[in-house]
Amino acid sequence: MTAQAARDVGVTGAMLLELDSLNVRFPTEDGVVRAVGGVSLAVREGETLGVVGESGSGKSVTFLTVLGLVTKAQADISGTIDFRGQDLLQQPEDELRSIRGNDIAMIFQDPLTALNPVLRVGDQIAEVFLAHQKMSKAEAMAQSVELLDLVGIPKPKERSRQYPHEFSGGMRQRAMIAMALALKPALLIADEPTTALDVTVQAQILELIDRMKDEFGMSVVLITHDLGVVAEHCDSIAVMYAGKVIEYGDRDDIYYRSEHPYTWGLLNSIPRLGEGADRLEPIRGLPPSLINLPPGCSFHPRCPYRFEPCDKEIPALLPSDGHHASACHLPLEEKQRIFSERVVATG
Amino acid sequence: MPDATEEFQRRQALKEEAKAEGSLHDIPLQREVAAAADVPGAQLPPGVDRELADAAGAGIVIASQRELAWRRFKKHKAAMVSGVVLIIIIIGSLAAPLLTSYTFSETDVTSPLQGPSMKHYFGTDTLGRDAFTRVLYGGRISLLVGFAVAIIATVIGATIGAIAGYYGGWLDNLLMRVTDLFLSVPFLVVLILGSLLLGPGVLDTVIILSLFFWMYDARIVRGIYLSMKEKEFVEAARASGASNRRIIFREMLPNAMGPIIVASTLAVAAAILTESVLSFLGYGIQPPTPTWGNLLDDARNLAVSAPWLILFPGIAILITVLCVNYIGDGLRDAFDPQGQGKSL
Repeated sequence: MTAQAARDVGVTGAMLLELDSLNVRFPTEDGVVRAVGGVSLAVREGETLGVVGESGSGKSVTFLTVLGLVTKAQADISGTIDFRGQDLLQQPEDELRSIRGNDIAMIFQDPLTALNPVLRVGDQIAEVFLAHQKMSKAEAMAQSVELLDLVGIPKPKERSRQYPHEFSGGMRQRAMIAMALALKPALLIADEPTTALDVTVQAQILELIDRMKDEFGMSVVLITHDLGVVAEHCDSIAVMYAGKVIEYGDRDDIYYRSEHPYTWGLLNSIPRLGEGADRLEPIRGLPPSLINLPPGCSFHPRCPYRFEPCDKEIPALLPSDGHHASACHLPLEEKQRIFSERVVATG
Repeated sequence: MPDATEEFQRRQALKEEAKAEGSLHDIPLQREVAAAADVPGAQLPPGVDRELADAAGAGIVIASQRELAWRRFKKHKAAMVSGVVLIIIIIGSLAAPLLTSYTFSETDVTSPLQGPSMKHYFGTDTLGRDAFTRVLYGGRISLLVGFAVAIIATVIGATIGAIAGYYGGWLDNLLMRVTDLFLSVPFLVVLILGSLLLGPGVLDTVIILSLFFWMYDARIVRGIYLSMKEKEFVEAARASGASNRRIIFREMLPNAMGPIIVASTLAVAAAILTESVLSFLGYGIQPPTPTWGNLLDDARNLAVSAPWLILFPGIAILITVLCVNYIGDGLRDAFDPQGQGKSL
């Protein structure tokens, strides 16, 4: 899809981040890994974009590249990453470093491994201030206590003097969020922020991210493999498969009018209360190797609806209306028919 | 009622903060505290005494890595005893003027080569100098050289190792080849040549020895950094915009401190030994400044006629090196909770 189409998706608001045909290829001894194959996405100000896909679909690599954490030294990168009018791929490392933390921040999947085990939590948050601003150690510490309080950690003063292993999983993720929010970034990238947490804590953390988003006026990219998670918290959703965006739309497009067999599979594998089905329907087969992608549509070997062109032509991500696009050869009417018949309608 | 409990904790925290802090926040907080105080008993989980709840809430246990290591170190008996003995030796040589009425260069030709007695605990040498005094003062130099070399070598080695391990690639290759080069030089020969070039002073000896003691630290630290740089917290630090220098020294170095401390402790022992070898060969620090090494050198022709002159400095070196090694051993166990066996 072109950047123009991406622009049409989702809520209104000024464009903050725009990826246009981003390609990331890692040369390895076994061959070239096509981790990201032509991804175009857009995030508007104040929007939450959900990026859904299974492991290896390229969702994390895409946003690590945005942050400049996948570098040109490690991978072949092409395309553009437009952030507030400047192409991040053309920025020197110094510039990128000042953007990281300042303008774009990231939180990681497992807060225990993402926090430094031998530094006090308060010191770690203070580090972010000290790395970017001229500030005394005492000021930075006071700020980090304030942040811990803001993200709902009780006794922030005492807690700031503790080490990560003395925190519970949920509190660690809160501390990570505090760290990410330190410099009031415009964009928060949350890479599976709740995967390592208990279900009850998951909800709290997602609510916290929502609340912080409103408070700071940020945009959020929520990377997850769980469509159930993004349902409540995202304005628009991009579904990724084998390094490509295969469906893109606002939340209702994906949940009520999905146009891609892979998304249907994901929707059908979410357990729901009150549904008659005894068994969940899994997507058959395994994701393809990124070194050796199948010809045509990457999903065709697993797709129950494949037909003539699927193993020959790569389907383009085409808009079906203003803000909904999918990459599938099936005719639109056919997609709508199958969706209403075979996919369990939500809510 | 998780909500009530949380709210209660939050208010308790506010209350404590108000107590702990000064006037600035007093006014708004006072109100909140008052509100907290007004909260009826329903805010507390049933059956919980308010005072008890207060006390329990305040008791957040803080046990740092360092404290845990110290706890494990205390269990290592040999290391603890060695620590005490080493401290006594250090204090002894620092407090030398208080422990003896002689000076280390004061000769007394009327009483040369006397055996140990109440007047001269360790006897006297050919010039009638008090051997006890000379061993004490010699300890100053030997210990100073040992610790100074260990510190300098550790700083150089850790920096080189950290840079090599963190950046990898050609820089790693270059630095490690230099390290190999230093390791493959017959270092006693170079030390002797170096001391001839630089001179026999304390500072010269420290510099020369430091140049040949950093390689072990460099290798250890490089290995640690190689594996650590893949950890997520390093990536998280990078994602928050930390510079490479900040990541290497502020984020990663504290994680490598355990092995570094162990290595540098062992370097103290090795440096003390090497200094005494150098001095014994006559290329180290020159008399009349005594070191344990040159005391041995002085006494080598008298090993049979005046064995005490070789015995006491020798024992001093032996005990010190033994203690330092045991401490290093204890530290290794302390910093490595997974390490099962005692490495002896």
